[in-house]
Amino acid sequence: MAQHKTREDEQKQPQVSEPTPDQIYEQKLYREMGLTDQEYDMIVNLIGRRPNYTETGLYSVMWSEHCSYKHSRPVLRRFPTSGERVLQGPGEGAGIVDIGDDQAVVFKIESHNHPSAIEPYQGAATGVGGIIRDVFSMGARPIALLNSLRFGELKDNPRVKYLFEHVVEGIAGYGNCIGIPTVGGEVVFDKSYDGNPLVNAMCVGLIDHDKIQKGVAKGIGNPVMYVGASTGRDGIHGATFASEELGEDSDSKRPAVQVGDPFMEKLLLEACLELIDSGAVVGIQDMGAAGLTSSSAEMASKAGNGIELNLDLVPQREKGMTPYEMMLSESQERMLVVVEKGREEEVKAIFDKWGLHSQVIGKVTDDKTLRLTHRGEVVAEVPVDSLAEDAPVYHCESTIARYYEENKGYDPHTLPEPSDYSQALKDLLAAPTIASKEWVYRQYDHMVRTSTVVRPGSDAAVVSIRGTKKALAMTTDCNGRYVYLDPEQGGAIAVAEAARNIVCSGAEPLAITDCLNFGNPEKPEIFWQFEKAVDGMSESCRVLNTPVISGNVSFYNETSGEAVYPTPVVGMVGLVHDTEHLTTQDFKQEGDHILLIGETKPELGGSEYQKLVNGKIEGRPPVIDLETEQKAQKLVLEAIQNGLVHSAHDLAEGGLAVALAESCISGGIGASVSLDTDLRTDHMLFSESQSRFLLSVAEEHVAKLQKMAEEAGVPLKDIGRTGGRDVHVSVNGKSVITVPVTDLESAWKGSIPSIMKG
Amino acid sequence: MNFAVIVFPGSNCDVDMYKAIEDVLEDATVDYVWHAEKDLSRYDAVLLPGGFSYGDYLRPGAIARFAAVMEEVKKAADAGKPVLGVCNGFQVLLEAGLLPGAMRRNDSLKFVCEPEELIVENNHTVFTSDYDKGEQIIIPVAHGDGNYYCDQQTLKELQENGQIVFRYAENPNGSVNDIAGICNKQGNVLGMMPHPERAVHQLLGSEDGRRLFTSILKYWRENHGAA
Repeated sequence: MAQHKTREDEQKQPQVSEPTPDQIYEQKLYREMGLTDQEYDMIVNLIGRRPNYTETGLYSVMWSEHCSYKHSRPVLRRFPTSGERVLQGPGEGAGIVDIGDDQAVVFKIESHNHPSAIEPYQGAATGVGGIIRDVFSMGARPIALLNSLRFGELKDNPRVKYLFEHVVEGIAGYGNCIGIPTVGGEVVFDKSYDGNPLVNAMCVGLIDHDKIQKGVAKGIGNPVMYVGASTGRDGIHGATFASEELGEDSDSKRPAVQVGDPFMEKLLLEACLELIDSGAVVGIQDMGAAGLTSSSAEMASKAGNGIELNLDLVPQREKGMTPYEMMLSESQERMLVVVEKGREEEVKAIFDKWGLHSQVIGKVTDDKTLRLTHRGEVVAEVPVDSLAEDAPVYHCESTIARYYEENKGYDPHTLPEPSDYSQALKDLLAAPTIASKEWVYRQYDHMVRTSTVVRPGSDAAVVSIRGTKKALAMTTDCNGRYVYLDPEQGGAIAVAEAARNIVCSGAEPLAITDCLNFGNPEKPEIFWQFEKAVDGMSESCRVLNTPVISGNVSFYNETSGEAVYPTPVVGMVGLVHDTEHLTTQDFKQEGDHILLIGETKPELGGSEYQKLVNGKIEGRPPVIDLETEQKAQKLVLEAIQNGLVHSAHDLAEGGLAVALAESCISGGIGASVSLDTDLRTDHMLFSESQSRFLLSVAEEHVAKLQKMAEEAGVPLKDIGRTGGRDVHVSVNGKSVITVPVTDLESAWKGSIPSIMKG
Repeated sequence: MNFAVIVFPGSNCDVDMYKAIEDVLEDATVDYVWHAEKDLSRYDAVLLPGGFSYGDYLRPGAIARFAAVMEEVKKAADAGKPVLGVCNGFQVLLEAGLLPGAMRRNDSLKFVCEPEELIVENNHTVFTSDYDKGEQIIIPVAHGDGNYYCDQQTLKELQENGQIVFRYAENPNGSVNDIAGICNKQGNVLGMMPHPERAVHQLLGSEDGRRLFTSILKYWRENHGAA
């Protein structure tokens, strides 16, 4: 074995001298690893002595916010996490939901914000790699990827363009190579993300019930195997770095960013799924954040056992690696597997076929201790629960943000009315947040696996399930401006809007995964945002019956003390019961009636229109009534399932006018719409009131739909017809917009490519 | 008729190719064949799927061409059996010298994935007899290195021999002469960047790829009788 051959060479290497336990204590070296004085004292209490350098490292990563959720755990308990269909809630690699026929869908979203801020390509690529491993470590075949991205203002900002371009390339580079289609997502641009982009990656997998795996180290004496890529010095302390604010010196943290190899992961994926099919696996877990440390400690802790590892046996990429480096490395494309004793050779044969390492590096013990040996010496010996379970829990102080009080008195009538509505609409369509993201998704292979039946660009992407009539709809969503202006409303809206997207595709919403991106939780105003957003999301999840099955918290998204907008991204998956129900946002034929579902109010706070006209956002965001939302969604889904609807689109950023334009552009058909309203024209057209949909329906079904809406108590208005080459809008009999669809299309499609060229 | 889908480490359209044969050709059988296989004699046609064989390290296809199975692929080609390389499979065929020319990065330097309009330039090949000459069909592309290049002399030969099988209506990658797919002189080896296996169901947006597979079966029947 390679590592045995090199051991002699290693002996010749000068020994790196590590600080002694006393030096760590006296010089407070643990602080550099992110531990506080109080936390260090807790560790000394837990193990009854001063920890050595390696042990201090183990605690520092396991007790980092990223691994321990020490600032968020009490709040996260407020989420509803159970439901009839939930087979696995939060706590494992990914959550699992039953979809019938002994099949289930597995999904999770995770952040890779900090790495992407300093090394966008690798940061984004390894974010994708990590979330894929979370899904196949459950035993699932990954079938789709999505993402949710936030950047600063794109125009005239070379750094933002650089981050945007390379994050997209990193996502493409990883997903395309491994052969999992990137089918959807969202990209939002706002000044608040200038120095701290958000890169959240989501993976969806499919699994048979009897294949579901867990990350547990069961069976005393069972071998612990290391499989996949060898361990290098990359990504050391990645989890700690992810738990700090970004500052002037963040560039020096570049070595904490891992380097991805999607080819290696493709091999690991196929080998692991083959291994799981063999039935030899007892437990399996990704070596993700905090690498070997978290996988071993968590697997042992979950099973109530211990683990002993001989670090000399760890496949190593470099010579002379210390136990500290090996345990904290976040080298990618590795898994820790506990297998049935006696089946090691069978496992090895599978990994040999794929040209991958598989090495027994330790065994499961009964003493609930993580014991590490290196060159014949015990180099760490600590209780597994103290690493995985005993991290301190902080109940942070929460204060209503001052800006929230100041925003109370905002009056939307202070917005000036535009003189040219056609131009205002074009300007909105060209705003990078609304503009077509074709420039982005054209770079993602969104068709590999030949199951993508609704491609990127509609409200939700849909992936069919071979051998059945079923399909899975999926989306990511969050409007950070709403959450900033009112965290509770904004949190509720994030879930509701994701569900609206799912419903528009003809699917029943199943469950969500969340990626909670916030600033520093130790600041009371930030913690207030966090707490309130979770409350809002929880309420929405309860009413819409979409429990939280997995998720991730990313705090400290701040640069030089300025936090990003609170951005709790929702990843939702829904079930299309029959592909006959598939519906998209584009108008399908001339002469269809255009129906507006829901009520429009003068709600401009946090809207794209307010930002366009005002240059900033203020006031209160739209208010959501969850009962109304639920009724409207039910109506639309029933109408779609009964075959009454040709197209469905949810009203979101830019309001009715933008939704109408998008349906026209993607269908290549114009529309004539006339609106009667008491509202000011710009409020009617651009308000972002919630619980609204735009449907196109054939003449013969209009009466039926009107009746259904009446019975359901949902407002429905027949506002016009599809047809022609132009978009015509009149308000109270006065024509306000007349513009060719092709003009709108060039504004919408041309915006991002032209900015990126410039 | 028996199809072999060759699987290299890093192939990722192998499953799609397999499913396409299964769905389009009811009478045919199809197997995955591992890159280390040294005997393809029981197969009537060989399919080299898309993906990133060996991670595209060095150059796309540059390592795959040394795989043990490639000797057998050459034998199959020499024996006149249909050999189809799609995307990375096309790149492998170029690297293996089974087709002339080379592949460069797309001129945009970006990966491109989108449905593409192709023009059927030659319908007298093993792969295209079920199309009309000049017919426009929709087949998706998904590649970062699809910018086909050959020198003027080779291009002239390709044109004169009718080896240019598909052209792009709108070139997505900068390829010479808008080339999307070429065959060898004998017409039994086809390399193409677009993915016909992604265009076999209306739900996927196009069924135009089906006839490529039915053409292969038709050719085989004409030469060997029943499937």
